[in-house]
Amino acid sequence: MTQDVKIKVEEVTKIFGPQPKKALKLLQQGQDKETIHAETGMTVGVSNASFEIRTGEIFVIMGLSGSGKSTMVRMLNRLIEPTAGRVLIDDENIVAMNEEALVATRRKKLSMVFQSFALMPHLTVLENAAFGLELDGVDKSTREKRALEALEQVGLEAWGESMPNQLSGGMQQRVGLARGLAVDPDILLMDEAFSALDPLIRTEMQDELLKLQAKARRTIVFISHDLDEAMRIGDRIAIMEGGRVIQVGTPEEILQNPADDYVRAFFRGVDPTNILTAGDIATDTQVTIPITDGKNPRAALQRLIKNDRDYGYVINSSGVYQGVVSTDSLREIIELPEDDHLLANAYLDEVCPATTADSMQEILPHVASHPWPVPVLDETGKYFGAISKNLFLRTLHRNQTEEPTTQDAETTEG
Amino acid sequence: MNFFAFKEKLIPLDKWVQDFVDWLVFNHRDIFQAIKAPIELCLTGFTWLFTTLPPLVVILLFAAAAWKFAGKKVCAFTVAALLLVGMLGLWQETMITLAMVISSVFFCAIVGIPLGIMAGRSNRFEIILRPALDAMQTIPPFVYLVPVVMLFSIGTVSGILATIVFALPPIVRLTSLGIRQVHPELIEAALAFGATDWQVLRKVQFPLALPSIMAGLNQTLMMALSMVVIAALIGAGGLGNPVVQGLNTLEIGLATIGGLAIVLLAMMLDRITQSFAKK
Repeated sequence: MTQDVKIKVEEVTKIFGPQPKKALKLLQQGQDKETIHAETGMTVGVSNASFEIRTGEIFVIMGLSGSGKSTMVRMLNRLIEPTAGRVLIDDENIVAMNEEALVATRRKKLSMVFQSFALMPHLTVLENAAFGLELDGVDKSTREKRALEALEQVGLEAWGESMPNQLSGGMQQRVGLARGLAVDPDILLMDEAFSALDPLIRTEMQDELLKLQAKARRTIVFISHDLDEAMRIGDRIAIMEGGRVIQVGTPEEILQNPADDYVRAFFRGVDPTNILTAGDIATDTQVTIPITDGKNPRAALQRLIKNDRDYGYVINSSGVYQGVVSTDSLREIIELPEDDHLLANAYLDEVCPATTADSMQEILPHVASHPWPVPVLDETGKYFGAISKNLFLRTLHRNQTEEPTTQDAETTEG
Repeated sequence: MNFFAFKEKLIPLDKWVQDFVDWLVFNHRDIFQAIKAPIELCLTGFTWLFTTLPPLVVILLFAAAAWKFAGKKVCAFTVAALLLVGMLGLWQETMITLAMVISSVFFCAIVGIPLGIMAGRSNRFEIILRPALDAMQTIPPFVYLVPVVMLFSIGTVSGILATIVFALPPIVRLTSLGIRQVHPELIEAALAFGATDWQVLRKVQFPLALPSIMAGLNQTLMMALSMVVIAALIGAGGLGNPVVQGLNTLEIGLATIGGLAIVLLAMMLDRITQSFAKK
């Protein structure tokens, strides 16, 4: 498990001001950010943050402006010096490194993409892409070859001789991305990398990033204030507020179990059907019918009546889903001659099973248009559970009403 | 009570300065003579170049430089200005002034650009340096002409030294400004990719500050030209001579052509060097 962890942030604090140690003491005594600012005039940028970033994941640090997320990411490569705490990259504490080791780590392991692109205006696109390699002393022909490969990855190989200011915002950020990729880093830090782009280009860039990630997995730390972006690209998300990390988890975990009202408020605008999957909400409260020899429609019918259900889910001995029967379809075949008393003849034709990875959005048409709860299968085809209309609506309802109590009071009054 | 009447001198600063300069002249004149050497070398080189080359070749050289850096119009002006100066009978003086000005600017750049870079990168250094620059720009040159002559003796080199004192501040200030104007995200980007301090300066700050440094060089050049007359008072020669001589003997015509030649030279050099700043 530990070798799985790429970056480990341990109790990291950053205080901006002339005497950080004094403010640190107050912070350790449990004073909050506002009190410390009022008493000492110093600002707590990040307060006692701890989390782990795993190898090969896209880890999104999300928060509004002033939440400390940009400070946090700059402490990962020590552009900002932490006041206290440790940042371990591959088990090496970057905070304790001397200048030489730090420069070497930045060159070999880390690269960064900036919100404002931060391309060198006096260098061509190709020279910009090769910038990191140039700093590392890679010879000209090698670095130009690798820079060109990086430009190819972002589709800008034809623009190498242009100057950055001749390119559109989206293209400039592709150059920024190429510069980050050219050094072939283990870790890519992206500070609001797509925030300055217009929404259409932003989505395109997100797709591009996911595509690149699918080709060669890197550890990506992505800073964002945009929840949709975080949900779309993040394997895991850390939510920051007022310098503290409030919650870390997968998008589903956070959506289903928000740590506090702040997180909940953040997610209020999110459409849960995009994030929750069939596997997240399916329950196995429906009646399953073992197929045994397949000639037992009467027993199946008995079982449904006894449980007061209209539909049954037929599975074989290893749990693999076979089909759905209803009380009506079972009665129909029981009236047929004895030879046709096969369960298989009672399967409903129109049933279209969902898989656990399908989003709620995708299964909505099936749930809405048929009376039976939609069966959900896992990736091996085994029966996982089912989703009824009732369950579907309840999930939507729960995600939309879990808001601060004042809101509830208002609605009951109205 | 009597104290605030300020009837008598309480701090004899004038005497201290006097004694200090006397002490320097008496004990350490050799050090100052050593400082003269490189300036003298540079000046002799340029003077030799401009005065031994036939005037036509000099005109062609400047015309070519103007054409290359600043375009046709400036080239035409350069040729016209130099021809006019020659026809006014001031060719020799103009060439000496040119050599002096170029030497002054050369040393201003050697001293001023590093100072400006340090000031641009360190607030503390900037704070210390700023009053010194203010003083250099505002003290009337006559105040330091005499000590300069006492330490470096009379002549062109002293003229250049006085010129350096007066013309140095713009290049320091504009170099510092240029360094400070580099967008902090660019420096952050360079650091994030593992740039050392020296690499940040060489690959990011200096190239991006270059237009501003060039503008500083242009200003320094103009200020050096404005010192020509004052430098002539301590025997620097060149175009300041006809002006000073004209003033002394009330030959208004002589002073006028000297002044005109200085203006023409200034405009020519300004137009050519301004084009550096734009590139």
